[in-house]
Amino acid sequence: MERALKFNIFRYNAMDPRSVPQMQTFYLDETDSMTLFIALNRIREEQDPSLQFDFCCRAGICGSCAMLINGRPDLACHTKTKDLPAEITLMPLPVFKLIGDLSVDTGTWFRAMNETVQSWIHTDRTFDPKATEERMSNEEAEAIYELERCIECGCCVAACGKANMRPDFMGAVAFNRIARFITDPRDKRTMKEYFDVVGTEEGIFGCLGLLGCEDICPKHLPLQDQLGMLRRKMGWTAVRHLFDGLLGKTA
Amino acid sequence: METITTDLLCIGAGLAGERVAVEAAARGFETICLSIVPPRRSHSSAAQGGMQASLGNCIKGEGDNPDVHFADTVKGSDWGCDQEVARLFAETAPIAVREMAHWGVPWNRVVPGKSTYFKAGKEFEKIELPEKEGLITARDFGGTAKWRTCYTSDGTGHTLLFTMDNEVVRLGVTVHDRVEAVRLIHDGETCMGAVARCLRTGALRVYLAKATLIATGGYGRLYRETTNAVINDGSGTILALDTGIVPLGNMEAVQFHPTGIVPTNILVTEGCRGDGGTLKDVNGERFMDKYEPAKQELASRDVVSRWMMHHIRQGLGVKSAYGDHLWLDIRHLGEHHIKTKLREVEEICNSFLGVDPITQMIPVRPAQHYSMGGVRTNKDGAAYGLKGLFAAGEAACWDMHGLNRLGGNSLAETIVAGKIVGEKIADFLEGYEVHFKSACIREAVKHHQEREDRLIRGKDGRENVFVLRTVMQDVLMDKVGIFRNGEDLQKAVDGLQIIYERTAKIGLRSSGVGANPELALALRFPGMARLALCVAAGALARTESRGCHAREDYPERNDRDWLKRTLATWKEGDSLPTLTYEPNSKVWELPPGDRGYGVCKIISSEDPVVCGIEKPLPDSIE
Ligand SMILES: Cc1cc2nc3c(=O)[nH]c(=O)nc-3n(C[C@H](O)[C@H](O)[C@H](O)COP(=O)(O)OP(=O)(O)OC[C@H]3O[C@@H](n4cnc5c(N)ncnc54)[C@H](O)[C@@H]3O)c2cc1C
Ligand code: SF4
Ligand code: SF4
Ligand code: FES
Repeated sequence: MERALKFNIFRYNAMDPRSVPQMQTFYLDETDSMTLFIALNRIREEQDPSLQFDFCCRAGICGSCAMLINGRPDLACHTKTKDLPAEITLMPLPVFKLIGDLSVDTGTWFRAMNETVQSWIHTDRTFDPKATEERMSNEEAEAIYELERCIECGCCVAACGKANMRPDFMGAVAFNRIARFITDPRDKRTMKEYFDVVGTEEGIFGCLGLLGCEDICPKHLPLQDQLGMLRRKMGWTAVRHLFDGLLGKTA
Repeated sequence: METITTDLLCIGAGLAGERVAVEAAARGFETICLSIVPPRRSHSSAAQGGMQASLGNCIKGEGDNPDVHFADTVKGSDWGCDQEVARLFAETAPIAVREMAHWGVPWNRVVPGKSTYFKAGKEFEKIELPEKEGLITARDFGGTAKWRTCYTSDGTGHTLLFTMDNEVVRLGVTVHDRVEAVRLIHDGETCMGAVARCLRTGALRVYLAKATLIATGGYGRLYRETTNAVINDGSGTILALDTGIVPLGNMEAVQFHPTGIVPTNILVTEGCRGDGGTLKDVNGERFMDKYEPAKQELASRDVVSRWMMHHIRQGLGVKSAYGDHLWLDIRHLGEHHIKTKLREVEEICNSFLGVDPITQMIPVRPAQHYSMGGVRTNKDGAAYGLKGLFAAGEAACWDMHGLNRLGGNSLAETIVAGKIVGEKIADFLEGYEVHFKSACIREAVKHHQEREDRLIRGKDGRENVFVLRTVMQDVLMDKVGIFRNGEDLQKAVDGLQIIYERTAKIGLRSSGVGANPELALALRFPGMARLALCVAAGALARTESRGCHAREDYPERNDRDWLKRTLATWKEGDSLPTLTYEPNSKVWELPPGDRGYGVCKIISSEDPVVCGIEKPLPDSIE
């Protein structure tokens, strides 16, 4: 049976002085294989062309479309309406700056994160166009890829109690990124250098360990394992630090 | 008005735009990238299958080299490409892949010893050499003589783009995301940057640059059914067309991918067939082995797509609420293979279709996939007609793809062209000075501002832009699709002209205030209709079949009359593009012949240079 869907959607256009934050209701008849991508575009085209939301790949690959769907952060494009109740509440992701309606500024946040964790291979080698590539085992490559799959959608950040309380908290996505580089033999950073990036209260030591992030990640990244690994490694580095300090060494 | 000055303005921050930016920034030039979305969300991230480079490390790629890659590319293009560019490309691709490894791409590597693979549904064995252990490996892709497609699982575009953006961050290149370039600033001879619109606030901004690059990707969203992202609506290509000077090359050359899922047209990678997946019909029977006994499911995309449509027309498609489709079967590859090598595919089937590809077949149908046409450039990436304007990637017609591009060759193009064009732009910028003429800036801003004001005031009419767009997409899909004929193409041109006329009467139904999506589309749409007319008019004029351009009324590939590239420009006030032609290649290293797949009826060229009997005249005498 075709359901009549009721959508409660957050509305606010900061550029319009007459706009006030509020919830607005829309109705749609559900169709076969309907996703929130299809539903939101129909609402925009048929009912309110000013409705702001973000889709790009519409295939769960680019990370554009995260929002709170009945209170849970998830990718709208891969959410099928048939998996939801007939009343659907859509809110923009928290933590990130609101642009308008369901659209938030993830670009600025992630650029800053990539700068903070220095998300690139640190090496003193220079590229030699004539040489064959450095070898790497396939298992190593696959282990890196496993962590590289993050699409920077921001769901884990939105679901994180700590990030909601502390805007400078780095979040699981940053920890996973550091873990990706620790896994990569091409990255020559020492544990001490990683420690300087994440061994802080905004970093891994501020993490509450409740793992809201792992359950929510739409790409099923093994965040729990990475957080555990980091906490152990950074814990050890902190202890070593302390010892070195006591012994008067400069690390 | 906010005005920002820089050495290089890269319009587009996908793989091509960022690769150019990295090259220029490394040479010390100030570089700003613009992008509609945060750079890592650009559509390059959606490429799954891989990137071609003739490393020849894996056993099935043994003996591969740039000569073989060059020949595959030229054949794939159906001899429609520029052979000098194809040569340059094939020679540089191995270096480009290794450089990406140096920057951090976790390419899959050779594992020595015995393993099995599937081809055309049958299981085979191969033994990788111990001395190649740990080198970058490759998989099989359509239209290639060797296994040449380097990959990271099925997220190759994603890892490439993340790695490239890491370099952008490392070098401190500025990226302004949610900014859309809306008009080039030029005086008819020199390009001086662009006017852009902030998609956060709706405010206009001026970017002044000594060099400007268009790297805005494809224009798939002109079609109803496409694998492309929703932002791939050709807005960058429109910038060039709207100069009235810079031509677009081969806009009729539009590729369809055999396996878009039904109904959402999300692509499942060619890797499925490369790894041994098969196509089946309503009776659960294969058919590609009958139409193409040699290459079977792995003939080039244009050929496979056409046979699929042909098979559906024979009544052998599977009926569904979303029209007829066929099946892609990967069940025999096994759970382990699907869960490791084709993970994105599994995810797409589960989340978007509710189909489990380990136990069920996947409903598929050809969908628009790649735009061979684009801003025409020379081999350095410089656009024709305007000094200081460049293009690279899918937005460009550099022209290594001719009338059909091979799978895996476009990721490679973005990186290779990005590297080469980046070097050329840096050379160009050395010692180059430009005078930013205030009159030209004023005129470009005014032109755009007036359009916005008119739309917001709503005095022009009440045409609904969403409706116009849907009609345009239907016209292209139904009349300028996989099979084409004169009658339908004429209807398409006529219909599109009516749509184009009506774009003058678009009226907003919302306020248009701020980052309003209706206004953004209304501003873009007349340009999209002009692009659609370039596609349809070019297709109507090309009275032959070559690569993706299959004319039922002209089934031969006509090398006598059509070894040419279409160049489309748009004169202000016209309702149709002006079409002119140029020879598609100066160099004929590989004379036209049979591709070895697809139906091949050829009207031969009589030109001694083309046939390889005479050498071309050197440039200076021409
Ligand atoms: C689903 C899919 C799978 C594919 N798989 C493969 C594959 O396996 N192998 C392969 O070789 N190729 C593949 N391709 C093709 C390949 O991915 C693309 O051709 C290539 O990535 C295009 O890169 P690009 O940098 O040219 O453009 P894009 O990555 O599309 O980037 C365009 C950029 O321009 C920006 N932009 C656009 N308009 C404007 C504007 N007006 N102002 C400012 N910025 C603008 C966008 O925001 C974006 O940053 C695939 C394509 C699709 C659709
Ligand atoms: S485990 Fe840490 S990162 Fe994850 S949600 Fe909790 S506080 Fe945030
Ligand atoms: S870790 Fe998962 S939830 Fe977090 S940004 Fe990456 S993909 Fe999204
Ligand atoms: S639109 Fe790309 S992940 Fe949803």
